[in-house]
Amino acid sequence: MEMLLALFVLSIFLGFELINKVPPTLHTPLMSGANAISGITVVGALAALAVATKGAPFSKFLAFLAVIAAMINVVGGFLVTDRMLKMFVKRK
Amino acid sequence: MLITLLNLLAAALFIFGLKKLASVKTARLGNQLAAAGMALAVVVTMVHVTELSWVYAILGILLGSAVGAYAAQKVQMTQMPQMVALFNGLGGLASAFVGIAELLPKAQLYLSMGHFSHHQQTAIWFVAVVLSVLVGGLTFTGSLVAFAKLQELISGKPMALPQQQLINAGLGIACVVLTILGLAIFSSAGWVITCVMFLLVISLVLGVSLTMPIGGADMPVVISLLNSYSGIAGAAAGFAVGEPILVIAGAMVGASGIILTQIMCKAMNRSIANVIFGGFGAEDSSGGGGEYKNTKSTSAEEAAMLFDAAQLAIIVPGYGLAVAQAQHAVREFANLLEKKGCKVLYAIHPVAGRMPGHMNVLLAEANIPYEQLVEMDQINSEFKNADIALVLGANDVVNPAAKTDPKSPIYGMPVLNVEEARTVIMVKRSMNPGFAGIKNELFELENTLMLFGDAKKVVSDLNEQLKQL
Repeated sequence: MEMLLALFVLSIFLGFELINKVPPTLHTPLMSGANAISGITVVGALAALAVATKGAPFSKFLAFLAVIAAMINVVGGFLVTDRMLKMFVKRK
Repeated sequence: MLITLLNLLAAALFIFGLKKLASVKTARLGNQLAAAGMALAVVVTMVHVTELSWVYAILGILLGSAVGAYAAQKVQMTQMPQMVALFNGLGGLASAFVGIAELLPKAQLYLSMGHFSHHQQTAIWFVAVVLSVLVGGLTFTGSLVAFAKLQELISGKPMALPQQQLINAGLGIACVVLTILGLAIFSSAGWVITCVMFLLVISLVLGVSLTMPIGGADMPVVISLLNSYSGIAGAAAGFAVGEPILVIAGAMVGASGIILTQIMCKAMNRSIANVIFGGFGAEDSSGGGGEYKNTKSTSAEEAAMLFDAAQLAIIVPGYGLAVAQAQHAVREFANLLEKKGCKVLYAIHPVAGRMPGHMNVLLAEANIPYEQLVEMDQINSEFKNADIALVLGANDVVNPAAKTDPKSPIYGMPVLNVEEARTVIMVKRSMNPGFAGIKNELFELENTLMLFGDAKKVVSDLNEQLKQL
């Protein structure tokens, strides 16, 4: 638990430092890309699915739904971001 | 050990990905790196989690991927902001579900050791479950409201109940009380679970009641903020299930989302608090359905003649251009003008359209050279040299009231000085006020001509007329 807390705090600092100057052009794609990363909760959904396998059918159902929802977030998010960014790249 | 290293690699990919996403040249690579990190994290989790029911895991991943890929292909560029909102909401929902799915099978077992608060381990675990449910639920309904406002399923106007802040504060206090009850008072699993279910309901209500009072024009900021929340919800879920990679990525997105939200607010000269609590335009002092007097309208034919004689024309794109999908027609229009020896520039307001950078994406789609897109700070000194400013479906970002009328709800927002051009041609579908619902004094100015119609239709007409000249 202490390790997780330490990781949490460090990652918060990292997140603050990572983004300082962003051209307005990239606000939307950056938001969309970060949004896709927040779909990382799919990892939690998979872990919960494993826990729920020991009985608790309702939990299992919820975890299953969570996997679906998070994967929509992940795949949709990355693809939409790529679609936007493709347009900036092609006119080099 | 190997699992830890692979997770570390995934985290590194997220970090480099985010970093590279913030610069134009490397953005696409950054996105791909982050996607690779995600794929790695998912595979690693599936391998190391014991007793995973593979059928459900794979079925869920395939289903979600298919829906996500389909939606990402189908969505039009104009609807990008609401799509991001929707995706983000689903991420929040997933975190809330993870919290509950984690609580149900373990509550009984952990409670047999006493109240959750008796052990540091279970106390942190329970708070993490509560946070993932609360923040996740709030992100879900908040994002849905943002989606509905941007899609214009519901009015973009700020809608607040009387004493809205008080109601929200009450709901907040209820959350704290329920958390304490679950943490230190209740000792049966049934009661604790009921507690968390109540928390879920409250969070769903809170998501709506926090977002409804915010005007449609501020939705991009709200989406960015909710994006940050979904990161935090993810990190909380990471504590609940004990997955470090989830804590790292979630915290990172949570923090960088706040920074991005701040950058966006700065572009609009507002503070985050002002957006959240301001009820932008709710009181409508000078805005709203004010009548317009002495506006002059013109025709495509007349306008084309003006352009024919122009040396410098500045095009100001806005949401109207986006809905009408007029970017290709605009590109043709600019080519025609350039052939006639007229210089063409585009004035890009940072929040034109429905989200920052919206216009850049659309114009890039039509292959408009990057050098011609000029950002607000640079272009504002150019307007006085321009013969014509052609405003294509932009409204609030060219409203001089932001500079002159301290009572205006958008007072202080940086705007484009279009009125300094010799002639302003305002292309609009109708006389309706803009997205923020504020009257635009620009329409009544001496040098402003209104040209009514759908942006694409109008620009195509202009092209026809120009070819004949």
